[in-house]
Amino acid sequence: MHGLMSLVVGALFAAGVYLMLKREILHVLVGLTLVGNGANLAIFVASGARVAPPPLVPDGLDAPLAGHADPLPQALILTAIVIGFGVLGFALALARRSTETLGTDDLDRLPTTEGQGT
Amino acid sequence: MSGVDPHIWLIAPLVVPLAAAVFGLLAGRRTRRAVALTGHVLHIAAAAGLLYTVLGDGALAVRIGGWPGPFGIALVGDSLSALLVGVTAIVGAAAGLTSQLGERLPHPLKAPLMHALLLGVCGAFLTGDLFNLYVWFEVLLVASFVLLTLDRAPLSIAAGVRYVAINLVASALFLTALGLLYAKAGTLDMAHIARLVDGDTGHTLGGVAALLTVAFGIKAGIFPLFGWLPPAYPAPPPVIAALFAGLLTKVGVYALIRLYTLIFVHDPWAHDLLLWLGAATMTVGVLGAAAQVEVRRILSFHIVSQIGYIVVGVALYTPLAVGAAVFYLVHHIVVKTSLFLVGGVITDAGGSERLDRLGGLRLAWPAAALLFAIPALSLAGMPPLSGFFAKLGIIRAGIAADATWVAVLALAVGLLTLYSMLKIAHAAVLGPAPDDAPPRPVGRARLWPIAALAAVTLALGLAAGPVFEVCLAAGEALIDRTPYLEAAR
Repeated sequence: MHGLMSLVVGALFAAGVYLMLKREILHVLVGLTLVGNGANLAIFVASGARVAPPPLVPDGLDAPLAGHADPLPQALILTAIVIGFGVLGFALALARRSTETLGTDDLDRLPTTEGQGT
Repeated sequence: MSGVDPHIWLIAPLVVPLAAAVFGLLAGRRTRRAVALTGHVLHIAAAAGLLYTVLGDGALAVRIGGWPGPFGIALVGDSLSALLVGVTAIVGAAAGLTSQLGERLPHPLKAPLMHALLLGVCGAFLTGDLFNLYVWFEVLLVASFVLLTLDRAPLSIAAGVRYVAINLVASALFLTALGLLYAKAGTLDMAHIARLVDGDTGHTLGGVAALLTVAFGIKAGIFPLFGWLPPAYPAPPPVIAALFAGLLTKVGVYALIRLYTLIFVHDPWAHDLLLWLGAATMTVGVLGAAAQVEVRRILSFHIVSQIGYIVVGVALYTPLAVGAAVFYLVHHIVVKTSLFLVGGVITDAGGSERLDRLGGLRLAWPAAALLFAIPALSLAGMPPLSGFFAKLGIIRAGIAADATWVAVLALAVGLLTLYSMLKIAHAAVLGPAPDDAPPRPVGRARLWPIAALAAVTLALGLAAGPVFEVCLAAGEALIDRTPYLEAAR
């Protein structure tokens, strides 16, 4: 399971980097999303996700069962997903605005500040 | 301040900008200005309280929610954090004041976003947890994304697209590194990791160190990852650019300092590599600056070069070197912010960014010319301004650490820095005014915050002895690590 998931992480990063190297703004954003998801999945795999009892204190005991699952990685991933979602929303709006304002979705043809001083 | 729990000062520099941002959003058109300025004043007061407490009583820490370490997220204030929070509050107030004085009707989101940016920066300086550091980074990044594109000008939008993309890459690398680190250490609490690596003699964290160095290197703008910076910073309006130039890269530098003095201290090759990177950064940055012909592009390349000095100080890894790096960091934040503010004044007065279309400021507006000269000479390292003592500290540390080549290189880079500053001075300030468009003073009120920052760099230079002592103590504490680890139990 971990071997397979590790391969998925690698595939997500590879596809993400490939897309990020393209010139169309939307391709780059999809690439960034894939890399972000790869990072989230990497946390999940690296922290040793496994089948284990939930980290809850059962009735009549004062500690969770031994060998319970570690809840922290999932809390981290959840936080990262929420942040990533917000930032992606902004990036998509920016991409739309950029294409409308600048008339191109080609990153190599965006204007730069160099030589723009008038 | 008896009777007050000193830990309140760790939280106050975060609560104040948060409240200022929220109330700034709620405020109507008439109260907006008052809310923004009150926020800055209270922020300075809170940061001063933190600095006073930390310098008096030593590092302090609080675990939010009262959970014991390493479960509760820690806020840790040592001398480094407290100094940086203090200077952040000052330059934030200067930028905020410039915005309020210079613009008749600032965008309603501008002041709240600036406070949100300050919140993220101060949070990053104060947190004791690496995942929390990631979250603060995102807070300041999202604020900076919106600030950068707020004016909707084509150039800002284009710069925003690049800036957002490169920062998302850095954040993804940061997150991946955190996953791997958590797998190794089982915690992301910085003090806890520091204690764990002490018992671990293998180089098992090398991969994590590499990933984090790249992630923070992108944000800090070190060689060879600085390519995004010079095109991005001249794009937004001067006030925003000044805030970015003063603070954003410095958060990346701070993270590097923290990592390489607290966690990655057992791999000598890492510090060697960092030394080469720092030396390359300061050289390439100043060569880039020397080749430019536009005011704010020159200043942007200088950021890169100055970051190199600070990284060299950290990489030398002696108390003197790290202390000098801390002093450099404080000096640099103040001077860079004021240079970008005054650069905006110069280009607005002359109506151009290009050196060949500027000139005559000395006669047309002597006050602005003087206020350019002070931070410019400070940046170039002229005594008795703060930059002289910052560079002197790094150079002395280089010689003392048997890295004379770095000291010689730092001297040479200092000369080139002076050259490119004189280039601006020669063309825009001292040179003859262009016939068709002589400079005219616009928005005189904007000079007051710049004058305040110039006074700070003068004070840092004139009181260099005591200030440097504080920074040296901070450097010693960083290398010793005990104060931090004792505080963040």
